[in-house]
Amino acid sequence: MKHRLIFTSKKLLRMALLLLGVSLAAFLLMCASPLDPLQTNVGQAALGTMSQEQLDQLEDYWGVNDPPLQRYLGWLGDFIRGDMGTSLLYRQPVGQVIGQRLQNSLWLMAFAWVVSGVLGLTLGVLAGANRGKLVDKAVRGYCLLLSSTPAFWLGLVLLVVFAVWLGWLPIGLSVPIGMDAASVTLSHRLYHAILPALTLSFTGVAGIAMHTREKMADIMESDYVLFARARGESARSIVLRHGLRNVILPAITLQFASISEIFGGSVLVEQVFSYPGLGQAAVNAGLGSDLPLLLGITVVSAAIVFGGNFIADLLYGVVDPRIRRGAARG
Amino acid sequence: MEPILEVKELSISFTQYSRGTMQTELPVIRSLSLTVAPGQVVAVVGSSGSGKSLLAHGILGILPYNSHRAGELFFLGQPLTQERMEQVRGKEMVLVPQGVTYLDPLMQVGPQLWKGSRDGTHRKRSRTALARYGLGEEVEGLYPFELSGGMARRVLIATAAMEQPRLVIADEPTPGLDARSARRVLGHFRELAEGGAGVLLITHDLELALTIAHRVAVFYAGETVEEAEASDFAEGRLRHPYTRALWNALPQNGFTPIPGTQPGPGEVGEGCPFAPRCPRQGPECLGKVPYMEWNGGRVRCLHPEGETV
Repeated sequence: MKHRLIFTSKKLLRMALLLLGVSLAAFLLMCASPLDPLQTNVGQAALGTMSQEQLDQLEDYWGVNDPPLQRYLGWLGDFIRGDMGTSLLYRQPVGQVIGQRLQNSLWLMAFAWVVSGVLGLTLGVLAGANRGKLVDKAVRGYCLLLSSTPAFWLGLVLLVVFAVWLGWLPIGLSVPIGMDAASVTLSHRLYHAILPALTLSFTGVAGIAMHTREKMADIMESDYVLFARARGESARSIVLRHGLRNVILPAITLQFASISEIFGGSVLVEQVFSYPGLGQAAVNAGLGSDLPLLLGITVVSAAIVFGGNFIADLLYGVVDPRIRRGAARG
Repeated sequence: MEPILEVKELSISFTQYSRGTMQTELPVIRSLSLTVAPGQVVAVVGSSGSGKSLLAHGILGILPYNSHRAGELFFLGQPLTQERMEQVRGKEMVLVPQGVTYLDPLMQVGPQLWKGSRDGTHRKRSRTALARYGLGEEVEGLYPFELSGGMARRVLIATAAMEQPRLVIADEPTPGLDARSARRVLGHFRELAEGGAGVLLITHDLELALTIAHRVAVFYAGETVEEAEASDFAEGRLRHPYTRALWNALPQNGFTPIPGTQPGPGEVGEGCPFAPRCPRQGPECLGKVPYMEWNGGRVRCLHPEGETV
């Protein structure tokens, strides 16, 4: 148990350092950008009507001329106390905006994550276990086609087919247009999430399936599968008993590493579907020079991606007997 | 007595892509003949790269998909077809592989022994087999990485012993073991033979093979060049020049090497593959060399030892 605790605390420490690094890098990039804090806060028109004295006063008030390090430390101090600043675009605390957006996105990403994982694993195992056969060729062709298709283009095609031509699914947004927020139900939300989630999962499937296929093909050529065949185990039993068991470890890594891809994909997909999620907020924050929001989203998404990998590491310790028992004895 | 396994002129080749889409056949085993009788340990001795493991895979029907097998195989008097191989492997015909990598690294020993069956008879049989090799019940709960080298070897032999096989094929069962453990492992195979099974022991170690084998088939560049009784070696009744060279290369017999190397697959012509290294070769050795009865054994040589006798 002790080693598990040490492992976990080491990882958490590393996470804190990573987040520090990410926020610092993002902050410095924003400092280096030609954005004028006064102009973005007050607006071009209002800025023109102010006297130099007023401008100096404002600059002083917002600390525009403070050295970057001091400004960063100020932001960091507030961040640690849970205050991420106020979003300029939404006129709300950044934490609140992110929380809201994340709730919308979480549906989308969780669905896409599960679907791409399950579908990718299934296709990969099927292809790897039947390498060189028709199933394998079909899966590979499908994956190559899919991975060479940009997510936003696929989103547009799905929109055209299912929303415009067939009219089965809504064309965008996360809730029906003009509906009172109080009367929006879960089914409304799910209904609106179908298309963006499908688009998002399709792009993830290809990578997971191809990687799983490779692993599965290696397993099928391993000594222990050869021996299982020599002992008269059927092909079915070999795939189910040995194949799946051994492919599950790389699959865990793939699945949790794909969180970052899903996150990245969601930025494009939410834009195409006008889905008010975190990805869209990130785009808006970037285009609208909303620095506090952009910084907040950067840090939060880094934390989520790191969290995914962290969970994968912890699961490894539970699933792999070589780590579980090896560490427990050593 | 009817032989358990009879292999006649077995050949195994691989289909390869050479340039672009040009396919070539690469023969790895060309003319392999041997016989295993009940209660007998037959050692197949050859240096690395002579295609020994493929022999085991060929008999069990687990060759890779791009390979091709020709020649005649008989198991218990009946032709051994691919279908029959699939029926009898793991039951009447078992493999004892080289090492721990042949066990699923993520599955405990017990479930591997039971092959997915949950009924009590498998459990009982595996327990008896483990006990026979001095392994306790607790071994069933261990993962392969928790086994020592010697334990892993005994677990692998237990997989064979629990099936009550007629033919045991042991593919290099001793590397990595010290001389004493290796002898003990080989002793287990001798026991299986004494129980009436035929044992085909595939190894590169002539010296170790001679400690337990009844008969020895010497394998060179994909061919059996000689079949001899184990006693022939000590009594100097050898037939093929390569066998002689192998024997002389043993430390206690002078440690004498011969020049040259064994030709690889595809580098062999129609004639005797050993001819370039052979002290007794003549121009006729470039033609086809038959496998013939000679002096109580069999040899594939035009000028076997004892020719003038």
